[in-house]
Amino acid sequence: MKLAFKLAFKNLIGAGLRTWLNVIVLSFSFVIIIAAKGILVGWDRQAKNDMADWEIGGGQYWHRNYDPYDAFSLSDAHAPVPPEFKEEIANGNMVPVLITQGTIYPGGRMQPVLIKGIHPKQNLLKLPTQNLDTTVGAIPAIIGANMARANKLQTGDYLTIRWRDANGTFDAAEICITQIFTTNVPTVDLAQVWIPIENLQSMAMLPNEATVFTFRDGNLIRRGDTGEWKLMTFETLVSEVEEMIKTKSAGQAIFYSILLILALLAIFDTQVLSIFRRQKEIGTYVALGYTRGQVVGLFTIEGAMNAILAAVVGAIYGIPFLMWFAKKGISLGVSSAEYGFAIAETMYPVYSGSLIVGTTILVLMATTIVSYWPSRKIAKMNPTEALRGKIQ
Amino acid sequence: MENIPVIKTERLTKIFPMGKGEFSALKGIDLKLGTGEFAGLIGPSGSGKTTLLNILGSLDSPSDGKALVLGQSIGKLTAKEAAKLRKEKIGFIFQSYNLLQVHTVYENVEFPLLLLNYSANERKKLVMGALEWVGLTDKIKQKPPQLSGGECQRVAIARAMVKTPSIVLADEPTANLDAVNSHNILQTMARMNEELKTTFLFATHDDKVIGYLKRKIYLKDGMIDKDVTN
Ligand SMILES: Nc1ncnc2c1ncn2[C@@H]1O[C@H](COP(=O)(O)OP(=O)(O)OP(=O)(O)O)[C@@H](O)[C@H]1O
Ligand SMILES: [Mg+2]
Repeated sequence: MKLAFKLAFKNLIGAGLRTWLNVIVLSFSFVIIIAAKGILVGWDRQAKNDMADWEIGGGQYWHRNYDPYDAFSLSDAHAPVPPEFKEEIANGNMVPVLITQGTIYPGGRMQPVLIKGIHPKQNLLKLPTQNLDTTVGAIPAIIGANMARANKLQTGDYLTIRWRDANGTFDAAEICITQIFTTNVPTVDLAQVWIPIENLQSMAMLPNEATVFTFRDGNLIRRGDTGEWKLMTFETLVSEVEEMIKTKSAGQAIFYSILLILALLAIFDTQVLSIFRRQKEIGTYVALGYTRGQVVGLFTIEGAMNAILAAVVGAIYGIPFLMWFAKKGISLGVSSAEYGFAIAETMYPVYSGSLIVGTTILVLMATTIVSYWPSRKIAKMNPTEALRGKIQ
Repeated sequence: MENIPVIKTERLTKIFPMGKGEFSALKGIDLKLGTGEFAGLIGPSGSGKTTLLNILGSLDSPSDGKALVLGQSIGKLTAKEAAKLRKEKIGFIFQSYNLLQVHTVYENVEFPLLLLNYSANERKKLVMGALEWVGLTDKIKQKPPQLSGGECQRVAIARAMVKTPSIVLADEPTANLDAVNSHNILQTMARMNEELKTTFLFATHDDKVIGYLKRKIYLKDGMIDKDVTN
């Protein structure tokens, strides 16, 4: 076996330019697959991290009537904070959020919004809620940059907000924008206003009530659903992101499969030609004491070794390139606001060990198969005819 | 010495399919070859020399009859057993040398020893010994494309001899060589036969080769016509 590898290596290098052409084309596939998949891995991670940081922590409890896609459900989606959550809220491992519908009037236009009440002292989410802990002449409010841009709002702006309380009665008050924050997570940004939860509770006449609880880590999951509260694990909450990444992956796969197939075709072609042109050599191996099966193995290893050389060559230019790429990132030219998903302006690819190992195995297996396929013919060759080089 | 049969055939027959019919290349060959013989199959083109040599080299199998090489029946060997026999006991020399082109002279000669799992030290000793014998110690780093035909055939001889096989089968080894080179390699082989008692069986119609043979087996239409020992 060791001899076969040595021999295959020698033959491959001995084939010169043809080998290097195959190897370079195959190495492109290597590097491009890793780069392309790296973007998705990076995106997946960034999206999940951003969601965890800004919105979902380690998971959430939702009021059983809460439906983020149905604003009208909100009037029924709230309940008093259950006693078993009180301790975790007190020690900062859980954050209640109360959500109601409201309307703001920026520049005289009417803009329906979600009013979200959150505790100013929380530090579980990245939301700069400390800016809700100030005294201004109105209710302090923070909004996201996309919300601010869409409504031409700036820090220090005062505006009227209208809402309906628990009895269905309309009321209005003034809010003051104390901070505009930038986030990649549109679901805490677009068409929403964050104010102190105590203000919202008294405005809505829902004292001590909440719609959603976000907790810090997954340890609370053991509790499961409790009373009116439905457990939403981190995995459930990010499943949409996962779905989207999966769709993107499928799209990508079509693109780099074509590249890989072209590279494999070149190797296949070389193998077919080799077996035809190197009949005498094949006969010689048999005469020297190989079985035909061993020669099949030798040629298969030789072809498969293209993948190993490609990995080495790919590493030579690929590692600097991929490192530069990971540092520089790639701008997809879409904002999260347009996209509706957590997506950064610049995406930084992440190359995990499993990505690199997986790609290597994929390319190696594919190369081995296209090398083995034509080599099987050797097993049917008549060695005496091979020695004369007479097989057509 | 010559009474231990290294090769023994009985009514050895080889039939090739040809178009709709078949063609008998060997028609009942009865042949015995003892240890240390320096013999040749002589005959016109198409008389079956190569066919017989290939069967004795376990590269092909008989259609009928028996071919015993070192006591092993060629037609009954598995692919693995046949490969083992070639690897350990048989050296081939071909008309067109059949050297591995991307390997150096040294590596070509070393190859059979790698297959036999010799240690690095033994390999070095044996390869240098074989190359000395054929007079190519100054060319060990060259590759076949850089060598003359005569030099290539000497490498091939060294490769066949390096493992000290029981039998060397040489099919028209001088056909691509000029007279000087032909005599040179024939002398080398004759000397090996003398000193190592290796059995040689040639296939040839070259008078230069015939001149060196101690035993001449004339083939005609797949049958033994004459068998002359000096
Ligand atoms: N694989 C084969 N299929 C069909 N016929 C074959 C095959 N191999 C050899 N023959 C035929 O068998 C006969 C003997 O061939 P062989 O090669 O043994 O002759 P040879 O004595 O070595 O001739 P030469 O001196 O030309 O090398 C020839 O007529 C040849 O055409
Ligand atoms: Mg012949």
